[in-house]
Amino acid sequence: MIATLAWKEFRSLFASPLAWVILAVIQLVMALVFFWYLSQYFEIMPRIQQLANPPGVTEIVVGGSFYFAAILLQVAVALLSMRLLSDEYRNRTISLLLSAPISSAEIALGKFCGLMLFLLIPVGLLTLMSASLALGGVVDWGLIGANLLALVLLLAVYSALGLLISSLTAHPLLAGFGTFMALVLLMLLNILATDPNATSNYLSPLSHFEILAKGLIDTSNLSFLVILTVTLLVLASKILDRRRMQG
Amino acid sequence: MPQPIDITLAAHRLTRRYGTGLAVAELDLELKRGEVLGLLGPNGAGKSTTMQMLTGNLAPSSGSIAVCGIDLLEQPKRAKARIGYLPETPPLYRELNVDEFLAFCARLHRIPRTALAQAVQQAKARCGLADMGRRLIAHLSKGYQQRVGIAQAILHQPDVVILDEPTVGLDPNQIRDIRALIRELSANHSVILSTHILPEVEAVCDRVHIMHHGRIVFSDSIEGLRRSQQTEILLLGFARPPTLESFIAMTGASAAQRRDNGLFQVPCAPDSALAQTITQAAARNDWGLTQMTPEHTSLEDVFAALTRTEQNTEAAA
Repeated sequence: MIATLAWKEFRSLFASPLAWVILAVIQLVMALVFFWYLSQYFEIMPRIQQLANPPGVTEIVVGGSFYFAAILLQVAVALLSMRLLSDEYRNRTISLLLSAPISSAEIALGKFCGLMLFLLIPVGLLTLMSASLALGGVVDWGLIGANLLALVLLLAVYSALGLLISSLTAHPLLAGFGTFMALVLLMLLNILATDPNATSNYLSPLSHFEILAKGLIDTSNLSFLVILTVTLLVLASKILDRRRMQG
Repeated sequence: MPQPIDITLAAHRLTRRYGTGLAVAELDLELKRGEVLGLLGPNGAGKSTTMQMLTGNLAPSSGSIAVCGIDLLEQPKRAKARIGYLPETPPLYRELNVDEFLAFCARLHRIPRTALAQAVQQAKARCGLADMGRRLIAHLSKGYQQRVGIAQAILHQPDVVILDEPTVGLDPNQIRDIRALIRELSANHSVILSTHILPEVEAVCDRVHIMHHGRIVFSDSIEGLRRSQQTEILLLGFARPPTLESFIAMTGASAAQRRDNGLFQVPCAPDSALAQTITQAAARNDWGLTQMTPEHTSLEDVFAALTRTEQNTEAAA
């Protein structure tokens, strides 16, 4: 059932030019960023070789690109998630889902999975670009895997947040703007934190992404992102339930 | 062989409040298998709210709903599997084509993969959409979109089909098609349809509930409705009209009234001898009977009378 909903969502995303434009622009920007990091690496390579434990090409190029993707994809998530439920409210198609024998949790999860499926495309392409480094040198596959995992988990938080905000309003633009602002706020908690151990920094999903992306896969950071995602999804399904109560 | 009486949908003391307002008040409703029930009422009478509650789109403030004996509020998934619903605005994904949309709906209703293509074919055939499978829903006319909406509601062979104003915004030919389809549906499904168009109820329904201000103010079978309609009013015109008093004295029609245009109006049961009495009295007294026209009280009148008295009592309160 969730797969049915997710697949429909995935298909519907591609029905609008927005999704294609987002995919194309993101791929273009990510390729430029990737190339820029690569040239940076070649520039500083002679100098960092003298260090005792120099950062490798994976750390600089892949790490940098994934971090940039984590920031850039906030815009994509805001634009793509805004219609998940708002459009259903506005076009009154939500009654199709509400009168079908499925639960609110299934609706929320289906929509979430559909969006994640879409986001895996730019993430997959970025991973392929990173893997292409292997053509000319030695790459740290473990670190690429860590970055991939960290980015997917971060995007799950973003998507769940976008779904939740989309469940609150019948105006897609309002939902999109709200999601974008919420994501910027969460990002600022990390970027503006002077002390990495501050509570505000801890609350930012981006800080957990950073730790995971360094290759430090530990339960506390993993579970932070997973639990946050689940919580947001549960909230979204509760909001859907509440709409039945309020009408 | 008489079918056993089989209640497919039963609502008991269904109430829905919006803030302090009552949208639906203590509504009782029962639907038998194979029956078409018309829910009639002016705009804002609570028809749509009732239907939203019956389909699990809206939680009632109090009351219970059972679909084929399954409580909708306690076992929503099992109950909803037996309901097909067409809301006021057909819930269509405009970016999908008809086949994709119906296949999606079929999967939502857990129709097994092997039976899916056939279910979609069948629903399309019944709704006259056989050649429309590859068309984008966004490109369909309003009438065809409505058909897709109905196809979606009957796709999973539900026991109860609930249609909210299914013919609104359609041209007369399309309305006729949809009505024929509804009649056809009643062979296998129970149907509730809401409308504010009275001939529609007469054309397709077995039973009618008239709603006003969230309450059922009239409930009867279509035959009962027709019978109540047969209480005629006789319109009488005379060349040399008597006074109302002498008319009543001569004919014994105590409820007679005189209209502004000089015609007398007399309520008259269809099998009474009143007409005969009047013609005899007219001949005897040389009133010069020029006109005797039976006037049917139409469904419109029943409806207007019911809804207007409510308004009056409310204004008085």
